Amino acid sequence: MILQGEKILKQYHHNGGLINAIDHVSFNVQKGDFVTVTGPSGSGKSTLLLSLFGLIRLTSGTIIFDGKQIDNISDRKLTDIRKKSVGYILQSFALIPYLTTIQNVMIPLALEKIPYKEQHKRATEILDYVGLSDRMEHLPRELSAGQQQRVAIARSIIHRPQIIMADEPTGNLDPTLSLEILDFLKKINRENKITIIMVTHSPVAAEYGTMKLHLNEGKIVTSAN
Amino acid sequence: MTISKLVLIELWKRKTQLISGLLAITLGIAVIVAIQSVSVVSEQNVARNLDNLGANILVLPQAASIDDYYTSDIDAPTLPMDYVERILTSTIAGVDNMSPKLTRRVKVGGQSVVLTGILPKSEIASKPLWQSSGLLGTALKAACAPTQSANQSHGLEDKKLQRKAIDTLYSEDCLAGSQVAKRLKLTPNGRINIMGKEFNVVKIIPETGTVDDDRIFANLQDVQKLLKLENQVSAIEIMGCCNAISEGLLGQLRNILPDTRVTTIGQIVSTQIETNQLMKKVTLVMLIIIFFVGGISIGNYIWANVNERKREIGILRMMGAERGTIYEMFLLKALILGIAGGILGYLLGTLAGVILGPYLAGIVVKPVYMYLLWSILLSVAISLACSLFPTYLAAKFDPHSNLQED
Repeated sequence: MILQGEKILKQYHHNGGLINAIDHVSFNVQKGDFVTVTGPSGSGKSTLLLSLFGLIRLTSGTIIFDGKQIDNISDRKLTDIRKKSVGYILQSFALIPYLTTIQNVMIPLALEKIPYKEQHKRATEILDYVGLSDRMEHLPRELSAGQQQRVAIARSIIHRPQIIMADEPTGNLDPTLSLEILDFLKKINRENKITIIMVTHSPVAAEYGTMKLHLNEGKIVTSAN
Repeated sequence: MTISKLVLIELWKRKTQLISGLLAITLGIAVIVAIQSVSVVSEQNVARNLDNLGANILVLPQAASIDDYYTSDIDAPTLPMDYVERILTSTIAGVDNMSPKLTRRVKVGGQSVVLTGILPKSEIASKPLWQSSGLLGTALKAACAPTQSANQSHGLEDKKLQRKAIDTLYSEDCLAGSQVAKRLKLTPNGRINIMGKEFNVVKIIPETGTVDDDRIFANLQDVQKLLKLENQVSAIEIMGCCNAISEGLLGQLRNILPDTRVTTIGQIVSTQIETNQLMKKVTLVMLIIIFFVGGISIGNYIWANVNERKREIGILRMMGAERGTIYEMFLLKALILGIAGGILGYLLGTLAGVILGPYLAGIVVKPVYMYLLWSILLSVAISLACSLFPTYLAAKFDPHSNLQED
């Protein structure tokens, strides 16, 4: 098992009261799983995704990653886990606008202080893998939405993470491009044995999951493998 | 890719913001450098002019009256000649030249005359011990008095020539002031009998407008013998560097010359001190202004930059950038701004000083290279200090809320 959540609770203060954004959610994710998390807006999908590695701090509950409890560790240690073991893909691509494609992809390696030559070699390989070897020196604004998301995917896997957290990765793409990106994520999942947890609104995207969670009002209402 | 490269790329891509951020600190540093460059030369000129005036320290016996600086040696009690040697062999810096004197009123032809025994330069130079003191001869260059070339390079007349020490005055020779020569009808190469001893008048000193016009100058040893005051002098005139005087030369002399009054022309010292203090005050005011204006400008620029890049900070934190990395990003940027502001400010200020100095202050200003280092240090210190708070806030941003900003 790579990731385990137990009675995860995230509460927010709202209008003098408390709202359960995630309400005692429990789940188990095996290594190599492709987990899709669906549910209506405000059901707590993104909150769950971002809280798993400390981008949002939980109110209570336990998270175990790769055999270690991580819900109670310091911000510095969580940052280190994100740096080495987690890749993120967001709906808005989250690329740095003034950096070229290859520079954006190299950032995770720069944060790990890997030598430039190695960074460049690996970034070139990954960009070739995602089909963007001819766009390495382009700025994000010079790329199409699909290309930008492929850059984001390349960036999320360049440091060889154990798990990818994808928050609506096809939300800004048309159906054709969406399928292209989903196929690509599936390819990464299969070929590299990288676990993927993907939050999506799309029923089509949800079908790509080997494990499907459906949330409503912060609770898992259905879970299927 | 490294964090420093990321910072440089970001700076380069946002050049307009960079220029506006740099403007205030650059101008602030430039103003300080310009003022300092002009004031240093100005201070040097004041000191040079004062040094050109001549002897400015008088060493008298404790009991002597100093009601009038210029006549206080007349009929004063005496002090031992050894004191001259003490000064010459001491390690005190700032003594440029000195002249031991023995002065008494004597009767010549029924008229009262002031007789002053002086030690000519040749006699001082003939004493090996004194030669090594660094005061005379080729190897004994003056400690502070401006040279002819230094005077001329600053557009000044070489006034030092006018106060040149008397090089030679042989035994039985004397020099007469213009007024006393008129009264006693003395002519060059004439003779004069002083207290029963015959002297040759080798020269009538042209009118100087000072008390020297009423004096007859003879060899110190002759006068000492004549007055039966061997190895005694009534005063030691010292040419002290103005800077050295304002920095405590008088106190140092008092320490090695017991039972003496060491006095100076108060105005000289106070002028020098006032000049130094005025310049220091102006610079301090400018420092405060630059700290506020330049610092606020840089701090504001960094704060605007932090706000503009909230999402980027969120992305980096999401990918595993530590708070330290965020500090590194913004403080490195502040450091670069500080260095650039310091260098540009120095260049601009020096250029302004060199161009405007001759017009505004009538002096030739030369670049002071040491100010480059100070400009950079000052600019970097202000830049870093004023960027700390915005950077602290940037590092504390919640990555999740910044990621959602689109």
